[in-house]
Formats: sequence, structure tokens, C-alpha cells
Amino acid sequence: MDYATLLQLLDSTLRLGTPLLLACLAGLYSERAGIFDIGLEGKILMAAMSAGAVAALTGSVWIGLMAAIAGAMLFAILHGIASITFRGNQLISGVALNFLASGITVLTAQALFGQGGRTPPLSGEARFNPITLPFAETLKDVPLIGPLYYEVISGHSFLVYLALACVPFTWWLLYRTRFGLRLRAVGENPASVDTAGISVKGLRFAAVMITGVLCGLAGAYMATALQAGFGREMTAGRGYIALAALIFAKWRPWQALGATMLFGFFQALALRPDVVEGVVGQKVPVSMLDALPYVLTVIVLAGFIGKAIPPRAGGEPYVKER
Amino acid sequence: MERLPKWADIVLVPLVSLLLAAIISALVILAIGQDPMEALNVMVTGALGSAYGWGYTLYYTTSFIFTGLAVTIAFHAGLFNIGGEGQAQLGGLGVALACLFLPWPHWSLALIGAAMAAALFGAAWAAIPAYLQARRGSHIVITTIMFNYIAASLMVFMLVDVLRPEGQMDPATASFPEATNLPTLNDLPLFNLVFTKDVPANITFLFALAAAVLVWAILWRTRLGYQIRAFGKPGAAAQYAGINGFRITMIAMPLSGGLAGMMAINNVMGEAERLLQNSASGAGFIGIAVALMGRNHPLGVVLAAVLFGFLFQGGAELGLWTKIPIELRIVVWGLVILFTGALDHMVRMMLARVFALFRNPAAANGAA
Repeated sequence: MDYATLLQLLDSTLRLGTPLLLACLAGLYSERAGIFDIGLEGKILMAAMSAGAVAALTGSVWIGLMAAIAGAMLFAILHGIASITFRGNQLISGVALNFLASGITVLTAQALFGQGGRTPPLSGEARFNPITLPFAETLKDVPLIGPLYYEVISGHSFLVYLALACVPFTWWLLYRTRFGLRLRAVGENPASVDTAGISVKGLRFAAVMITGVLCGLAGAYMATALQAGFGREMTAGRGYIALAALIFAKWRPWQALGATMLFGFFQALALRPDVVEGVVGQKVPVSMLDALPYVLTVIVLAGFIGKAIPPRAGGEPYVKER
Repeated sequence: MERLPKWADIVLVPLVSLLLAAIISALVILAIGQDPMEALNVMVTGALGSAYGWGYTLYYTTSFIFTGLAVTIAFHAGLFNIGGEGQAQLGGLGVALACLFLPWPHWSLALIGAAMAAALFGAAWAAIPAYLQARRGSHIVITTIMFNYIAASLMVFMLVDVLRPEGQMDPATASFPEATNLPTLNDLPLFNLVFTKDVPANITFLFALAAAVLVWAILWRTRLGYQIRAFGKPGAAAQYAGINGFRITMIAMPLSGGLAGMMAINNVMGEAERLLQNSASGAGFIGIAVALMGRNHPLGVVLAAVLFGFLFQGGAELGLWTKIPIELRIVVWGLVILFTGALDHMVRMMLARVFALFRNPAAANGAA
């Protein structure tokens, strides 16, 4: 494998890792607050459809982005009502919302555009187009670093840089602010938060809403940047891979960046069987490369690479003492 | 909060949940500019209006009984098995290997052999997450989801690179030999009085009913069943009573996976008569809805499976005859799971208010 191929792979890694990163951070807020969310997949799908449809109708990607956030927030609120207000089973609520999203997105897209459940192809202002970072052209010819900057780091859409910026922001919010302390506390020991006179329900709803916003960004990225429009089931399990990355990262932001980029790298590899063949020296079936992120997750979950301990109050509805 | 009478909890809660799901589905149909009454009409006529329609409805019902029982038995052990889809696909692989590579003289022997292979493969696919949960503490929900994806990749690999016959383009196995083809309901005595045309529902339907009885007997009439149910209750009582959690997990999950795998004799052996990609077509997930709707009791599971068989077939009819996309049925499953599984407290609270109103009007008025 030469340097140019490596750069191409890293470029794809960043492109494919971004929706995973956004979804993973989305899950991080919810799960750190004690609300399990296996409905990331559904929220991203919902956001992707909203973004694709509204961007196609208005011709503006920014209005599409707003719609994506609204679509994901709607499902986040539903999850909150089921699991916080009515103390329902969070896992089952997530499964239900994934189903609901899978059906409703196709139904809506079909009713609006009649193109077999897809939204029309987007172009120009209706998409997030690549941004060339400053000096990328001039530094292009500098050996080693120049091409790395030009090929890998520069030339992505706005949302990629926003996702990357979310990592330090999340770290700061969780570990350096009062809100973050409370958020982490409510996921570990809600009774203590309640005793301190802070609303457990309020905090958990806030966390679930942040999850909605980030899933909205992930979905908008899928439909308006990574691809040009929404297609049925276009998320293809990314919500679950993000969940796996979250466990891999042990619910911490910087590690989430590492885990999602690793899984993004696997996805990039799965797209380039020729490269894998060159490195391994024999033909590797694409299906095996596809399975790699999932197999890796199982190995991580089994505690062979350090133990992943979830937030202690995760999955349990909080019942106030009377 | 008022406690509901037992009959209301068993009968009314699922029915009200279903009603809520139906109302919202009707609103969805209205929102996309179609007529809900027409939709219901098409569904009922297509799925229940003729013996032919019933032949399809019962075919789907058969699959859903297996996957619903699979989720049920795991639920009773306190385990949420979302891996039914992958286990059913692995079951299909077992069926395919048994049918393709063993010389069966008669379908009845082939049925027993293939059912054993299906159960074995499904059970093995559930046993790994079970072991990881019981010994290594990895969460069974996440591992079973991962195993669904791994199963999908494994099936692609097996169908594209291993089992696909030379010169064939689509990723599927060769057709199974004639001797392994199962009789459909129109081939069976008595049933052929009703089913005069060739229908996909086959003898596996009777197997599914037998499996429901068997699961009931295991859960409520054996020591093992008692231990499974005790282990599934919150708290440590089961542990103090000397019930070995590792053993129960390692029995309940493979039983669950085996049942999901057995579904394959219905669709792979009974209908397609070869193994195709994505053979389970979502039945593993529908099992979750079936188990929740059937309140985790085999009788309820059978009834709920008929309901979902109707929805599945009726939904297909909608896709054929109306402008409503077939995906409406996914919306309905989602709503049913949401109301029966996640918002059940809300439904109970609503019903409790209504009951309080009838029982003691004065107190209810006073409260209001």
C-alpha cells in the first residue's frame, strides 16, 4: 500500500466515521444521564429523511438541517415520554421507535415525492458541499504533511468539522461545568441528585434532547453531505455501530472519537477490498470485512480489552420517594 | 394507584394498546392522503376474506409463533433476546445444509432432521451471547444485536462464496431435493377441504402449535420452568434459593434461539425450498411485538401471531392494491411495541382511572 492509497483510506475514514461520531456522542449524553438509547438508528433515519425532504423542497440545506434536528427531536421526546415520564422499558421503547422510524420515513418520502420512498437527488445549495481549508492549495506540494492536509483534513463538509468540534466541547461540558457534573450524577445515582433538590426528570429530558440534536446532525450529514438525498434504510445499522463504539469508548468523549474513527476505518476498508487483498496477500470476502466492526465490538464487550462498565443507574426509571 | 382486576390486566391492556396503535395508524394513513377505512377493507379482504388469503396469513403466523415463543421464553428468564432475526437466519443455514447434503428418503424424516439442524444452529447462535452475558457480563441486548449483523454477513459469505451453485448469479443455494419438500395445507387431509388452491402455509403450522404447548408445559409444569421464571424476577431470591443463574441463562437462551431457528423449517424448507438472502425477512424482530402483545404467554403468543400474520399479509395487499406503501405495517409493529412494551404504564394508568370512576363515582369526583 502506498502513501496515496493510505491517504484515500484515511479520507474515507473521516467521511464515514463522522456520522458514527455524531451518533456516538448523541448516545453518550443520553446514557451518561441513565437513559439507554438503542433508538439512535431510528432518530438518525428520521433526521436523514427530514433533511432530504426539506432540503429538496426548499432548496436550502440549512432549512434541511433544522428539519433534521426537529425530526430527531420528535423521536427523542417520544423516547423521553415513554422512558422518563411513564417509566417504561427503555430498551423496548428504543426498539419500537426504530421500527416506527423505519416505516414512517418511507411512508412520508413516498407521500411527498412518489419516488419509491426516496427523496429527490440534491445538488448545489441543497447540499453541504466540501470546504477547502485555508492554505490547502498552497501547502499541497509540501512533502508528507502537504498531501495529508490537502487530501485528508481539508475538503470535507461543514458537518465533519462541527462533529470534530463536538468532541472537546462535550468533554468540557461533561467534566468542567455544573450541568455536566449533574448529568453524570443523574446517571450514576439519581437519588443523590434528587436530594440536592435538582429535578431528575428535567436533567434526563435535557440529556435526551441533546441526543436528539446530535442525531439530527448525524442524519442531516447522511442525507445532505455523505449522500445526495434520503434512501430507505440508508443508515444501515450506523446507530447500532455507534452504540458499540460508545461501549468501546467506555462512555467518554475523546475515546468516542477514537472508537468511531476506528469503526469508520473498517467501513472504509470494506469499500476497498483490493487494498485489503494487497496487504493480506490473499482474497478476503467483503462480507467478512463488513462483519469486522461487530465482531470487534463483541470482543470488547466480553471484556477482553479492558472492562466496560456502564453508568450505574442506566436503564432504570427513577421513582421518587414518597 | 388503583390496581386493575386481573382480567383487565390480561385482556384489556393489550386490547387498548392495540386500539391506540390502530387509531394512530389511521391518522398516519389520513396524513398521507389515503382512506383508512378502505385500507382496513383491503387488509381484511386480502388476508382473511378467502381460504387463499388465510393460507398466507397462517404461513406468516407460523413463523411469528416460533419467534414470539423465542422472545417469550427469554423474557421469562429476564433476558431480552433481540437476536431472533440472526438466530432464524442461522436456523435457515442449518435447514439448508441438512436438506442439501443429507439423502432424505421421505419428507417426514427430512422434516425431523431439518428441524433438529435448525434448532441446533439457532441455539448455538444464541448460546454465545448467553455465555458472554453469564460469564463475562456483556449486555445481552447489545451482543444479540451485534450477532444479528454478524449473522447477516455470515449468510452473505455462505451464499455468495460457499453454497451458491456454479454459474448462478443470485446469492442463494440450489433448490432442495424433491424428497425434502413439505406438504402444504392443501396437501393435508381435512385441511384440503378448506384450502383448495396451493398455499404457502404448510405442515409446520401444526409444529408451531405443538411448540406453543411445549413451551407452556416447560415454563409452568416443570422444575426447570419454575427456575427460569424465578430467575427472571428482579431481586436475588432465585440465587438464595440455590438456582444457578449461569445454568438457567445457558438453558433459556439456547431454547430461545432454537425456537427462533425452527422458524426456518416454515419459510426456508416449507416455502422457498432453497436458502435465500435475508431469509427471516424481519420475523425475528416481529417476535418481540408478538411476545409483548401476547403478554408472554404461549396462548397469547399464538393469538398475537395470528394478528401479526394478518397485518403482514394485509400490509402486502395494501402495497398491491392501494397507494399506501407496504411499509405501513412496519409503522404498525412499531406502534404496537411502543404501546404494549414501553407505554404499558400509561395504558394501565388510563384504565385504572376509568375503573375508579365506575367503582366509586363519588371518590373519583372528589379527586377531580
